[in-house]
Amino acid sequence: MKDIKHHLTDQLLMGYAAGTLPEAFSLVVATHVSLCDECRARLAEYEAVGGEIMMDAGAAPMAEDALASTMALIANANPAPKQETRSTGIFPTPLRDYVGGDKDAVRWRSVGGGVKQMILSTEGEATVRLLHIPAGSAVPDHGHNGTELTLVLQGAFADHTDHFGVGDVEVANEDLDHTPVAAEGEDCICLAATDAPLKFNSFLPRIAQKFVKI
Amino acid sequence: MFVQSETQIQDGPVPVDHYGQGQNHNVRTKRKPSRVPNTDTSQRIAWIEEIFAIRDKQDQAAFARLFAHFAPRIKGFLIRSGAADDMAEECAQEVLATVWRKAALFDPSRASAATWIFTIARNRQIDMIRRARRPEPEDLPWGPDAEPDQEDVIALSQETEKLGEAIAALPEKQRELIERAYFGDLSHSEIAEQTGLPLGTIKSRIRLALDRLRHSMR
Ligand SMILES: [Zn+2]
Repeated sequence: MKDIKHHLTDQLLMGYAAGTLPEAFSLVVATHVSLCDECRARLAEYEAVGGEIMMDAGAAPMAEDALASTMALIANANPAPKQETRSTGIFPTPLRDYVGGDKDAVRWRSVGGGVKQMILSTEGEATVRLLHIPAGSAVPDHGHNGTELTLVLQGAFADHTDHFGVGDVEVANEDLDHTPVAAEGEDCICLAATDAPLKFNSFLPRIAQKFVKI
Repeated sequence: MFVQSETQIQDGPVPVDHYGQGQNHNVRTKRKPSRVPNTDTSQRIAWIEEIFAIRDKQDQAAFARLFAHFAPRIKGFLIRSGAADDMAEECAQEVLATVWRKAALFDPSRASAATWIFTIARNRQIDMIRRARRPEPEDLPWGPDAEPDQEDVIALSQETEKLGEAIAALPEKQRELIERAYFGDLSHSEIAEQTGLPLGTIKSRIRLALDRLRHSMR
């Protein structure tokens, strides 16, 4: 297992266990957990909490024919789908499913300054995209209205808080104003989700503007 | 199978050191009598055997017992999470049908029956009620092919039982906050706020129960 230093917060793991996170955040959580045994174990704890909460939430009587209806569902169902195979590329399976393949299947779009992105299709308030940042380049300074999760899949980046390598996830909130810089060497590919759509909408034009000025 | 669990069942008050509450323990058990009869380890082992009977023999009687216990609780959970009655009914039936179909994937050394069924219910809820997609982590390379070690299974059942007790033993307000977090009834800012406490609570009072649970999952 890779040497991961930056993990998911309790809030995120609990929210993912409860099923209450927006889909974009769930994708980052599922992708990190695929890479990180520690967060997988912590997630299992929060799922166990969920099981106990469900057991104790109070029973609601089922319809009279519920068991018979369920047996009919079972009789009519297709066999359970085969378990997915383990990914061999740099994208763990949950991310592969959204991209439609690994790194070479990404349909990148330039946003200027050598930075490329692909927005992944998700429901809900939050959005998630893949970012490709050339080694040594900066993503322009930006603040956050909400929470931004950034998971490194290739290469590394650093901001004034720390260094983030493959598997590391940075959880940034309103308080953090940062300029992530991709490390020298390999280009940096990361998965970034944010729950502040308004800020996000203005983010791209601002990037473009800044690069035009440079 | 699992006969030795009989000797390990704990009836009555739990030892105080399970959640480090010391002398408060008696106060707690008297305060909430309705919550105290928690699901004991023998019951938890029985559910595992029922799932295995479904897996191995398509045992409809075992399924009926599992159904009688879990379906109304899943339905109750979904209703408290905001689902309409008929949707909760349909979803609970789908969850139990999934339990049947996926019985071969159940690994009781990694998740208790209640935990596993909760994850199925949660995914069904997202799919049927919220109509969203649920990205799931990649499976671990070692699948549930080998029969799990009985000692691990019993240890996990016991630790899950203690976790259930620790949650039930929380002061009303704190337990309510954790419940609301799982019912989708709590905003993330509420969760994050210090006054919201569910995470602070988990870190201190439930932490020990979770640590022991995690240990037994390894
Ligand atoms: Zn982690």
